[in-house]
Amino acid sequence: MVPKRPATVVPSALVLANAHSLLMSLALSARDLHHRYGDVPALDGVSLDVPGGSAVALVGESGSGKTTLLRAFNRMVECASGEVRVGGADVRSLASEALRRRIGYVPQHGGLLPHWTVARNVALVPTLTGVFSADVVRDALALVGLDPARFGDRYPHELSGGQRQRVALARALAARQEAVLLDEPFGALDAISRAESHEAFARVRAERGFTALLVTHDLAEAARLADRVVVMRAGRIEQAGTIAEVRTTPATPYVAELFARAEAAHAALERA
Amino acid sequence: MMLLPVVTRAQQADAGLGVTQRAKAAPVVVASKPFGESYLLAEVFAQLLESRGIAVDRRPGLGATEIAFGALRVDAIDVYPEYTGTGLLVVLRDSLTPAMRADPRAAYARVAERSMEVFGVRWLPPLGFQNTYAIAVRRSLADSLSLRTLSDLTRAGSALTAGFTADFIGRLDGFAGLRSEYGMSFRTVRPLAPAVKYAALAQGAVDVIDGYSTDGLLAKFDLVTLDDDRHFFPPYEAAAALSPSVARERPDVVATLTLLSGRIDEGRMRELNRRVEVDGEAIPVVAASLLADLRLVASPEVISNAPARGGDAGFWRFFWERRAQTSQLAARHLALVLMALFAAVVVGIPLGLALERTRGIAEGVVGALGVLQTIPSIALLAFMIPLLGVGVTPALVALWLYALYPITRNTYSGVRDADPNAVEACEALGATARQRLLWVRLPLAAPVILAGVRTSAVITVGAASLAAFIGAGGLGEPIVAGLALADTRLVLSGAVPAALLAILVDAALAVVERAVSPRHLRRGTPSRP
Repeated sequence: MVPKRPATVVPSALVLANAHSLLMSLALSARDLHHRYGDVPALDGVSLDVPGGSAVALVGESGSGKTTLLRAFNRMVECASGEVRVGGADVRSLASEALRRRIGYVPQHGGLLPHWTVARNVALVPTLTGVFSADVVRDALALVGLDPARFGDRYPHELSGGQRQRVALARALAARQEAVLLDEPFGALDAISRAESHEAFARVRAERGFTALLVTHDLAEAARLADRVVVMRAGRIEQAGTIAEVRTTPATPYVAELFARAEAAHAALERA
Repeated sequence: MMLLPVVTRAQQADAGLGVTQRAKAAPVVVASKPFGESYLLAEVFAQLLESRGIAVDRRPGLGATEIAFGALRVDAIDVYPEYTGTGLLVVLRDSLTPAMRADPRAAYARVAERSMEVFGVRWLPPLGFQNTYAIAVRRSLADSLSLRTLSDLTRAGSALTAGFTADFIGRLDGFAGLRSEYGMSFRTVRPLAPAVKYAALAQGAVDVIDGYSTDGLLAKFDLVTLDDDRHFFPPYEAAAALSPSVARERPDVVATLTLLSGRIDEGRMRELNRRVEVDGEAIPVVAASLLADLRLVASPEVISNAPARGGDAGFWRFFWERRAQTSQLAARHLALVLMALFAAVVVGIPLGLALERTRGIAEGVVGALGVLQTIPSIALLAFMIPLLGVGVTPALVALWLYALYPITRNTYSGVRDADPNAVEACEALGATARQRLLWVRLPLAAPVILAGVRTSAVITVGAASLAAFIGAGGLGEPIVAGLALADTRLVLSGAVPAALLAILVDAALAVVERAVSPRHLRRGTPSRP
């Protein structure tokens, strides 16, 4: 279900599909990032590699620095020191607007423009880059499972929460972005909307193969959506690896407790 | 034009919204303060000048001494009737010597000399009457308590209620001085507006009021004025005060107005005031009849033709008869409002946007504009005169300053608070600051900004009534004149249209507000799929 890095030998149909995904993904990397908000350290020597086409979840409690790390990649945060690379290029060598137009962004509450229709919202980045066409909007909405004819003319307040987040995802991908940053994108949704959104996200990623960096509180969500998980605490990375690795061999007592708590909550639900 | 720091005489003469023809010599600007006697004397000056072929521009009802004298000394107006005591105490802030109390001529000599030295303002010899403060009681009360003098009143004071105008209570030549000179005190002292003072006394709500010795209303309400047996009140001889430029350059004006010196005694003035304030005769008619009586002008036929202000006609008939004049005033009022509002929008919206980008100083600037709102309009108008003279220009600047605050404040906070999630998402997706402003923040702030414009518009319609105090015209003109003459119908003939204008302007802007509000807000009930 989750696309792997292109294998050496694959059936020809998949070669085409994965050649596409290969073209359409950007590797993200950070080296020794430091950043503070006043006296509060947000990032304290963080390094991270997100290979092109992979999906990484940043987990940890509020204030652990995961959102700051996420925003370093589209220069919404300029770190005090360290190096951030996108597609191999140092972000400081790129104009921030040009960089941001190549990287999708989905915030927690969608951040849709309330006075623009769904279609116009989705067309935002293609309009900015001058490649707008009606097809772009149709394709992006269809990609996230929303009927363009039914939803295109609606305003955000006429949608459900889950639909709004899917529109935000369509907007983040409409210009065929090669990487997407998601900041607790499905955190405010009810369980059913969240499950539907997870399915839509997985489907879209299988089709487009972009690189995804995702902030979440929810280990189950990390497990469903990401290839790898990075646990952060107080501006540092506690542990990084596949979800199975981190779960079975926690590197620190904190990571162990994080998983234990999540599983206890899950078990309570099972018992009920 | 309206932001020029210095305005020439010619511009002031042309500052009316209509086009003023300029004669060879600039017209003489004849002004008055906002009370009946001052209106009447100014009209007498104007008609006399016109009868000698001198062009005149009338600016009646300038608010308060500070505004009228302030305008005179900077040549924004040329002549208005003033009183020696006021010139001495209010303008020159001089004190009264015992010699001046004993002899009004000494007071006049002092005022004339000092005004010329300090301001270049020339006082012509007095007209021949004093209009000093007069303490008045009902005739029945005077009889029952045997009140003849202020000393009698002091004796009976502890059982009586006084109703004085607010400035009289505090003035050293008013009640504050009476208290120390006579030892006068009352059971209660109530501050009363000039317009209601006489009615309050007649109805018995108060027992004692302050008035003016030549007041026509003293006769109307059958009141007795008490004798100032200790000569406490300063002499208030009426005289024409001339601007420096007219004093220097217009001997014809000086000679013409000097014809009135010593010609109007107190009895005659009280009679003229009674005709205006009690009988409701039109001021131009009364002025013309005085000039004819004094044999200064020989054209009494004007009198029979001019319509009387009074009579027993009801409000609606009165209103109907004034309809042409009222619609002219309303059009001028609206023009003042729209010009000030337009200038406030043009400056306030960019200023609000600039403040939003420099938030460090924003609260300070917005606060300063707010403080401006608390300056009483009369004081603000008085500040304008040395810079901008009188007429439309200073009125527009003052209205503009009042209108600026709600627009700037709402633009600043509207743009600052526009949907932060949407603005942030736009930034993160690569929209420039300019695109975020034009696509997101301004459209989302538009209803808030428009609400500020509506607030400004309603404030400005109200404040524009005060523009009459500096001779800018508008619906304030009948309001100011009506208050001065205690003529309710005249007040209403300005106040009712002004209120309707405020409602109309607000309603018109409500339509605009709907048109600029973001489309999603105009859709009906959200439909959940």
